[in-house]
This record gives sequence, C-alpha cells and structure tokens, in this order.
Amino acid sequence: MVRSFVVIVPPSERNPDPTIPEQPQLHDDTRFAVGKIAIFQYATVVVFLFLISGFWNLQVRNPEFYSERAEANRIKSRPLLAPRGRIIDRDGRVIVDNHPSNTLLLTRENFKPEDLRPIAQGLDLNLAYLQKQLVQKSRLPKYDALRLKDDMSPADLAFVYSHNGPKDVFPELDVIQSQSRLYPKEGMMAHVIGYTGEISEAELDDPAFAKYKPGDIIGKFGIERQYNDVLTGQDGQQRVEVDYKGVVQPHFTVEEKPAIPGKDLQLTIDLDLQAVAELAMDGKNGAVVAMDPRNGEILAMVSRPTFDPNQFTGRISTRAWSAINGNPDKPLMNRAIQAQFAPGSTFKPVVALAALETGTINEQYSVHCPGYVTLYGHTYHCWEKKGHGTLSLHNGIVHSCDTYFFTIGNKLGIDGMAQYADMVGFGHATGVDLPGEAVGGVPSPAQVLHTYHRKWYAGETPSVAIGQGDLKVTPIQLARAIGGIAMGGMWVRPHLVKDEKLTAKDVTSWPLDPVHVQDVVDGMFGVVNEGGTGVRGAIPGLEFCGKTGSAQLASVEVAKAAAAGHGQNLKDNAWFVGFAPRRAPEIVVVALFEHGEHGQFAATIVRDVVKAYFDKKTRIQTFLQQKSAVTNGVAALGTLGLPAAAAPLGSRN
Amino acid sequence: MARSVGARDIDWTLLLIVLLICAVGVLQIYSATLGMKSHSAWWKQIFWVAGGLVLMWLVVPTDYHGFLHHVPLMYIVSTLALLLTFAIGQQAFGSQRWIPIPHTGIKMQVSEFVKLVIILLVARYLTDLRRDELDVGEMLKLAGLVLVPAALVLAQPDIGTALTYIGVLAGGVFIAGLHWKYIAVAVFGVTLVLFVVLWTPLGSHFLKDYQKARLTSFLDPDEDPRGSGYQVRQSQTAIGSGGMFGKGVTKGTQAQLHFLPVPEKDFIFAAFAEEHGFVGVVVVLALYFVMIMRIVQNAQTAPERAGMYICMGVAALLLSHILINVGVVAGLMPVTGIPLPFMSAGGSNICTSFLALGLVNNVRLRRFVN
Repeated sequence: MVRSFVVIVPPSERNPDPTIPEQPQLHDDTRFAVGKIAIFQYATVVVFLFLISGFWNLQVRNPEFYSERAEANRIKSRPLLAPRGRIIDRDGRVIVDNHPSNTLLLTRENFKPEDLRPIAQGLDLNLAYLQKQLVQKSRLPKYDALRLKDDMSPADLAFVYSHNGPKDVFPELDVIQSQSRLYPKEGMMAHVIGYTGEISEAELDDPAFAKYKPGDIIGKFGIERQYNDVLTGQDGQQRVEVDYKGVVQPHFTVEEKPAIPGKDLQLTIDLDLQAVAELAMDGKNGAVVAMDPRNGEILAMVSRPTFDPNQFTGRISTRAWSAINGNPDKPLMNRAIQAQFAPGSTFKPVVALAALETGTINEQYSVHCPGYVTLYGHTYHCWEKKGHGTLSLHNGIVHSCDTYFFTIGNKLGIDGMAQYADMVGFGHATGVDLPGEAVGGVPSPAQVLHTYHRKWYAGETPSVAIGQGDLKVTPIQLARAIGGIAMGGMWVRPHLVKDEKLTAKDVTSWPLDPVHVQDVVDGMFGVVNEGGTGVRGAIPGLEFCGKTGSAQLASVEVAKAAAAGHGQNLKDNAWFVGFAPRRAPEIVVVALFEHGEHGQFAATIVRDVVKAYFDKKTRIQTFLQQKSAVTNGVAALGTLGLPAAAAPLGSRN
Repeated sequence: MARSVGARDIDWTLLLIVLLICAVGVLQIYSATLGMKSHSAWWKQIFWVAGGLVLMWLVVPTDYHGFLHHVPLMYIVSTLALLLTFAIGQQAFGSQRWIPIPHTGIKMQVSEFVKLVIILLVARYLTDLRRDELDVGEMLKLAGLVLVPAALVLAQPDIGTALTYIGVLAGGVFIAGLHWKYIAVAVFGVTLVLFVVLWTPLGSHFLKDYQKARLTSFLDPDEDPRGSGYQVRQSQTAIGSGGMFGKGVTKGTQAQLHFLPVPEKDFIFAAFAEEHGFVGVVVVLALYFVMIMRIVQNAQTAPERAGMYICMGVAALLLSHILINVGVVAGLMPVTGIPLPFMSAGGSNICTSFLALGLVNNVRLRRFVN
C-alpha cells in the first residue's frame, strides 16, 4: 500500500512556525506507528491470556473448591424439632400439651464470632455461657445449629427480625417453628409433671444423657425427667435451598429427614380427683397422695406450695429462678415423696397390727388411761389430759389414746415395732416412678448405733409407738403402708404411668391374720364413724376408714422456725390417712398439712378426695345404666314389627 | 473523497462478531434475571442493540474529520453535562451517574458518551502535533485536558469509567511515541501512588472508605467474607463452580439465587461463566479478542493519523473495559463497577459502544480516499 507522505489538511490545521528553523518535520502518515500498534497487539494478547489464566485457575484447577462454596451458599440445614409427647390422664384428657412457638437457632455455618456479644445483649443471654456452648459444639458438624432460645417472646422476635432481613446484620440467626410445652396453670400438678429445660453441663457429662447435645431440651424434674426418653422425640433435619437472604425456596427441599415426635404418656392420675385435691390444699402447705391400693396406681398427687412450670419453658430468667429456688417454703420440693416427717398417730395402726401379729396383745387387751403413764421413771402424757378411762384396742385406735399405745408399744419393744415399720415399707423407697424420692427412717437400736454410735435408751421406745422420735415417713410411704394393711397384707409399688406392667418384684405380700387386719381396720372405721378423732372425715353412706395424726416437730425444726420468725410454723404437722370401702379398699389417701396443728384438719382434705372418687364412680355407673336402658329400649322397638328399612340403628347383618 | 460510502464497505466481520457477543449477552441477561423484577431487561437489551445499530449507521456517513472539527465544542458540552449530573443526577449503587431524560423513563449515563469525546479529543490533539515523537510537555497538556472530565467522573464516584478515559489517553500517548523513559516514570509513579494510598494513613484522605475496603479486599477477599469482599467472593464462587462446561442456562445457582450481585450488569460475565463454564469463557473471550484485533486492523489501514488514532482509541477503550470488567469478576482486580461492552444490560453503554463501532467503520470507509 502506498500511502506515504499523503497529507490531508485537517480543518484545524496550524501552519508550522517558519521562524523556528530546527522544527522537526511535520508528518501526517501512519508509518511511524506500525511498531507501536504491533506492541499494542501483543499487549492485547497478554491481557487476554492474563484473563484466561484467571478463569483457568478458578474453573479448571479448583472447580471443586468453588462448587462446595456455591453449595454451602445454596443449601442450608435446619433441624426439624420433634415435639415432646403429650401427657394425658387415665381417662385420656390432656394434662400437658404443646403449643406452636418459635425457636431461635445460631447457625454455625455463617457465624461471626464478633456478633455474639450484641446477640447475647439483645436477647438477654449469658455471653460466657454461650461461648462455652460453642466450644462444646465445635466438635460437631457445622450444620448442627445451636439452639439459642426456645419459646421466643415477641420482643425476642422483634430483635431478630430487625437485625435480619435485607441488611442481614446477624445472618447466623435463624428462627424456626417448634413446639413448646404448655403446662397446666397455677402450678397444678407441677411436682408430678415437672418441667423441661436446657441440658446442663453436669447432665452432659452424665452417661444417661449421652445422646444429647449442648442446647438440647430435656426433662429436668418429675415425670418429664423420669420418662424423658419416652417423651423426647427424635429431631429431624431438613436441607433446603435458600437465596442470598436465607429465604427458603419453595419446591426445592433437597433432603428431609422428618422429626419423629415423642410418644404420649398416659398417667394413672385422675384429673377430677387431682382437681379436688388441689382445691382442698389451697392456701396450705403440705401434700396429698391418693392411690389405688389394689394396683398401686396413683390417682392424685399434690404438693404445696407449688410453682409454675411454664416459667421454665424456654430459658428461665435468673430472677424468676432465684424467686423460686430461694423461697424458704421450698416450692420445688415434691412433698408427696420428699417431705420426711414423723407420722404421729397415723403410725398407731401399724403398732396395733404388730402387737396383734406378734401375740403381744389380743384385741381384748385393755389399758387404763388417766391422762398419762409412767414408764422407766418417766411420765408420758396422753394428748387427752383428762384421760380416756379404760379402753380396749378398738377404742384405743378410735380415740388415738397415747397411753394405750405407750403401753403396748413398750410391751412390744422397739425391735418389734421396727420390724413391722420396715415390713410396711418405712425406711425404704416405695419405688414410685419419680426422681428424688426420700426414704425416711425407722429408729431401732441398730440404726441408733450406726448413726449416732450409741446404745438405744429404753425410754425412747414409747415415743416411737405414737409415731414420734426419729421415725420419719413420706406421704407416699404412708399411703402405701396403710393401703397394704387394708388390703390384708399386700403392698404394691406406687406408680404414675398407666400401662406399666407390674411384676412380682413390685408386689410385697405378708401373710397377716385376717382377723388382726379386721381389728385394725375396724378401729380406723371407728375413728371416722364412731366419734373418734376423725369425725370430720365422715362421708354418709360410705364405709370410710382413717386415722389422724398430729406430729410434733423435731426440736431442731422448732428452733429453725423460731429463728425465722414463723410463729405458725411452730404448730404440729397434721396428718390424715384414709381409705374406703372398709373391706375391699379401692382408694387410700394421705394428706399432710404442714403446721395444720391437728389431724382432723387434714381429715377434711382426704374426705373430699375420697368422696370425689366415689361420686364419680356413682355417676359413671348411673350413666352406664341409663345408656343400657336406652339401648335396650331401642332394641325393644326393633321387635315391634317395623319394616326392615326403618331399622338403621341395628346391624343389617 | 471521491467515493461515496456504501453498506458493502463496512466491516461486516466486526459487526458479526459484535452481534454474536450481543446475542450471548441477551441470552445471559434472560437467564440471570429469570424470576427477578428486572427480567424485562433482556428484551429491552434487544431494543438497545437495535438502537445502537441505528446510531452506528447514523455516524458512518459524516466524514470523521467533521467530528474532529467540533471537538472543542463537544469537550465543553461534555464537561458541562458531567457537572449537570452533580446537580440533577440520580444516585444508584452509591454513585451519581445518571441524568433522567424527561418523558421516557430512560436514564442516561453521561460519562459513557464522554468516552467518545475523549477518543476524538486524543485523536485530534495528537494528529495536530504531526510529529513522530511525543514530547512530555505536549503529553502533559493532553493529559490535563483528559483529566478534567476524568476527575469529574471520579468524583461521582466512578473509578472504573474514569480508568477507561485514562486507558484511551494511555493508548493514544503510547502510539504517539512517548519516550520509553517517561513510560517507565509513569509506571513507577502509579505504583508509588497506589502504595501511598493503600498502605499509609495519607491514603484515607483520598479514598472513601468503601474504595479502600475494595482495594484491600481485592488483596484478600476472604478477610471479610460478607463485607467488602462479598462481591469478589461470590463472583469467584460463581465462576469456579461453573467448572469446565458450566451448569447450563438458567441453572447457575449463584446467579439465580442472587448470591451474585447485579448478574445482568457488571457481573454478567461471572453469571455467564457459571452457566457456560471455561469453554464458554474461552469462546466469548476469543470473540472479544478478534473484535479488538479487527479494530486494530482498521487502525492499520487508516488513511492518515486522525483515523488511526480514532480506531486505536476505540480499541484501547474496549480493551480497558474488558480488562477491568472481566478482571474484576475473576478477582484479578479490585472491585470497580464497569459494564462489559455489548454484553451488560444497559442502554448508555450499548449506545456508546455501537457509536464507537460507527467511528471505526467511518474511518474504514475512507481508507481508500487519496
């Protein structure tokens, strides 16, 4: 191409200044640029090779690395929390239900450590504890999120949503649907049901909780704890596709392992009886245990004061916890199985039975009560200062004469009493299916030697005969003991779960002379129905038997109460144990009314429960009778020769 | 100017390549915005490409010397228009670049069109010198002229576009024959400035926080994965996960689930790389390479210096666009928002790019004029 020295005069041509002679020659050809354009071309090649090398590096050398990253962006794992099983009563009524709630997760896949402090502050969580939990979790796979808070409050939700959303300040926070525990109101049955809570560090180390992870919710108390494995479901897992905001893409569930809900648990508790017992204990401290002595099924169990287990769902605040835990009345104590008090006169039927069975006395054996008796040079006072006059065993029980029992107890001796106390189960756990049962204690020369390293003083024996001294029982022990005697010598392990199969191990039998049993039972019948100490418990038309008890507080407890300034707490504890019917008992009820002063005040509690039991039974029988009457009536109609088409009620076959 | 210009003589090869790239772009916009509010961008893009072709056609008949004649006027208008963006411009993506055109709903990015003025300015200035070597005084005067609009664009702030102006200037100055020792000084100077800006406290006076963060996150994108390094990280993830053959059209999860920012605009090449893999990347980059080479060839056959400078300016402009955009999405450069010519959705860039092609063809049609 010949284009050399072609000059096109541009419109803005400047004439070269002729006054400067060394001015270089002016050109308008492009030849000078040939080499530089070539360099530009080479540079272009370099630029493209540079760019391609970048893609080579990303797409050919490391595609797996980036694919994993893309998948980690796209796929999120979130747990599907399994609801706990419900707890229902013996008639199938729901006692503990679940309600839909929100659970806050900390997804560790995109967790920023510096976020922890503001999150803890915003949600009122313990920062140090969170950090500890994260350390514990660090061994587990990343997709395993930490459960930060259950049963989130509206304020918690507002906090999370205001910091989530498009701004994505805390992308590690994820709110999921869950089921929270809904317990009965006002602490009803709180001690039986118990509560759930986040697994503690100590529990994490416990092999019984080996399958649980930090942040998991477990049963902490009561049935919730005892049957935790039944009630706990198996959490599932969902792997979903999300967009950059974390919004789950519909129709794109990658993988789902559904949650297996926990199993429902049917209790032996009868909610009708429970409600009556709860009402009867209103405003009092103490406990009620109602059980069927034939099979050990617990029909009602109350402990007062109570607490609200709903406070424990989610995470209980420190203040609420210290209010409950620091209460001197110990609302968290299940008095039905943990209160250990002297049984007082409710022990007398056991002493009477022991004296009869060992042949120490017969039922005719009489004692004169002038209001006191002198033994071993010491005067023992009957509660009736005027004295009861001369009475036999029957009236001794009916009037709860201390003199009578000082005398026969002394005749029987401490070993005899201890043997029978042991036989009816005092000093042993009843084996009820609740955690933390107390065993009480039976005083005996061996026990005194073992505990106090001293000899038994003969003067201690009479006090034991009226249920004082070192004899300590729990309400459930007393219910089992008296129920077993009323059954003629068969003690069944008390239990709370309906379909628990009883084995030989759960039943203790002792061959008692039926006549002796009848003597004791008749005495207890007299307590209620023959002007005895328990007349307040009488139920017209029902052979209701019982025994009052007023147990003095141990001197230590008196001193403690005095120091605390509780004038009322110096009063005696009131007991009542009752059962019905007289010959074939179906229900035995124990009431402990702390500082109730006299057993007759506990008697009304037991009466209400027993009455409720039989009223319900009558109602059901009446209903069944009416129903069968209607059914029979309809069946009778069918025989009137009506056309076959008009017999829809009957079966066509 | 003995011959009249005819459709026969325009660079059909170049046009075919560019239209192929546009087609890939439209397809990728369609795929990347599937299910998004901005899904209409794909057919709008077709309109823009058609409009761009018309503009290109309009530019061709007028002899480019006519444009060069009006460079001073164009330069003044451009500077005023850039100033206008500060007064009535619209903010988007943290930068004030757009002037709304009344009654159309279209927003015009002035700085895009100014690129053409810069090309013409550099071409006219260097042509007028008519020397085979560029002395440093003239170079500095030209640099001063270019730096005024560049500074205005930088202040919007829009580093990427400003850099393309510098790219055009650098290309022109290089061709004009700046002595190698000045080139060495310039390279050293740029390195020094970068060093001062990045690693000394003085830098915080010149750069905004996000700009500094972008520069540092380029050096280590994983340092703050959800902060300033987010875009690079997501872009690299999209590209890398595409592998050799890609995930398939509309199957790119990074783009479809919006992990990739603006997948139809500045990050369209990452979205493309995710769905079409390394093979697709090489094919498209090859198209771009051939496109640049065709433009350079047109520069080589230009009848005189002005035409040669115009073609080389267009080549330098497009090359710097491709280098910056593709370099950014691949994590080879600090993040700066700049469209990929002929692919990214957006009218201003498409129009400017086709106008630039029009200039190249304008020069080409006059190559035999003697």
